[in-house]
Amino acid sequence: METLGKYFIFLSRLFVNRETFGTYFKLVVDECITIGINSLFLVSLVSFFMGAVTTIQTAYNLISPLIPDYVISLVVRDMTILELAPTIIGVIYAGKVGSSMASGLGTMRISEQIDALEVMGINSASYLVLPKVIGSLLMYPLLVILAGLLSMLGGYLAGTFTGVISPTEYVYGIRFDFNEYMVTFAIIKSFVFAFLVASISAFKGYYTTGGAVEVGKASTAAVTQSVIAILTADYLLAQLLLQ
Amino acid sequence: MIKIENIHKSFQGKPVLKGISGVFEQGKPNLIIGASGTGKSVLLKCIVGLIQPDEGHVFYGDKEFTKANRDTKTEIRREIGMLFQGGALFDSKTVEQNVMFPLDVLTKMPQNEKIDRVNFCLERVGLGGQNSKMPSEISGGMQKRVGIARAIVNSSQFLFCDEPNSGLDPQTSILIDDLILEITEEYNITTVVVSHDMNSVMGIGKRIMFLYQGLKCWEGTRDEITDSGVKEFDDFVFANKVMQKLRKK
Repeated sequence: METLGKYFIFLSRLFVNRETFGTYFKLVVDECITIGINSLFLVSLVSFFMGAVTTIQTAYNLISPLIPDYVISLVVRDMTILELAPTIIGVIYAGKVGSSMASGLGTMRISEQIDALEVMGINSASYLVLPKVIGSLLMYPLLVILAGLLSMLGGYLAGTFTGVISPTEYVYGIRFDFNEYMVTFAIIKSFVFAFLVASISAFKGYYTTGGAVEVGKASTAAVTQSVIAILTADYLLAQLLLQ
Repeated sequence: MIKIENIHKSFQGKPVLKGISGVFEQGKPNLIIGASGTGKSVLLKCIVGLIQPDEGHVFYGDKEFTKANRDTKTEIRREIGMLFQGGALFDSKTVEQNVMFPLDVLTKMPQNEKIDRVNFCLERVGLGGQNSKMPSEISGGMQKRVGIARAIVNSSQFLFCDEPNSGLDPQTSILIDDLILEITEEYNITTVVVSHDMNSVMGIGKRIMFLYQGLKCWEGTRDEITDSGVKEFDDFVFANKVMQKLRKK
């Protein structure tokens, strides 16, 4: 409970005694590049293979002649949009971006760079963390959209090259009975996960004490707690928004 | 001038500072000295507001800092420059960007003026032309000098140095000490230096405060060191053989 209270106080500090808008603008752009561009390769790779594997495994399980082939791509589409793109990529995002945020801030803490900011009269929490949170909120939904598209493309290529589904059937399944709300739901989830990963990781890094070992521990804790938060929020959002 | 009154600080019930009071005068380096673990750095952090004291007051000029609201604290802090033990340079920024940082964030100075000011400060600490180097590409002594340049770039009225000589060779240590002394006298600022290096004490210690087990045990000038009459202080000052020989002479 004490940690939770400290976390909320930390969040409130992000929005008080801020510097000028111009100061944050450049920092947010930098964070967008760090978070977005640097995650692009891993997110693309994972989502492509995620879609490919889902297609092959779904085809393997749907062996009944009564089930049409397009159901394979329909399953891939729904799984990708509802769960795989926002949640699995969220877990990967926590591992890549979250650990990097925590270790970066942790190193700044133990090397007194955060103290240097405070002594200058700068709200270090706001200056260092707010751009990361905004950058994450801007970039993660885009990464999720990209992941969704690449996953379905991966499924298409794997399905058609291996012959488990024809291109026409795959595209038909992707378009069949499409509910746009699933995309809205995925985007809402992506905003929530982006905030959780950035804020939890920054919190763990910002309050690191000790030395290099503690920075490593903070980084590990950031990933673990971000993943737990993602999975909890995933369940709660599904309960709230898919009833 | 900085005045501290009755500063107390404990960590997990263990008292580290036990009612420290004193005055740090303008235009001369004020040294806080003592053995490791006596609370020197904690006292320094209490003075600059990185640690909130349990009790006591800190005054910058006539402004009360400890109990001040956030805006007043920010206003006072923008008059403060600090050199940290490890330099605390931002490792993702170049030397120039590090020194320019306070100007970028805290002022609306035009870019060309900022560059002129940064170049002036880098020249002042003997690092002219090193603008584009990264902190990892320069030596520890140079990092300390960049730290000093960053501390004075905003025309700070108060300069704090936490163990400025730690990890440096004797010659570089003297260079840093001389720089601190020159800057303090040249700009007539209030400088507080935390150190356990006796060379610094003898070199720049115009006012010295000696801490022992969280208490102010002795205060005076470097000329008064030899006849302090305080056993704990004598044990600290004359710990090494060179000082013992000097004392005998």
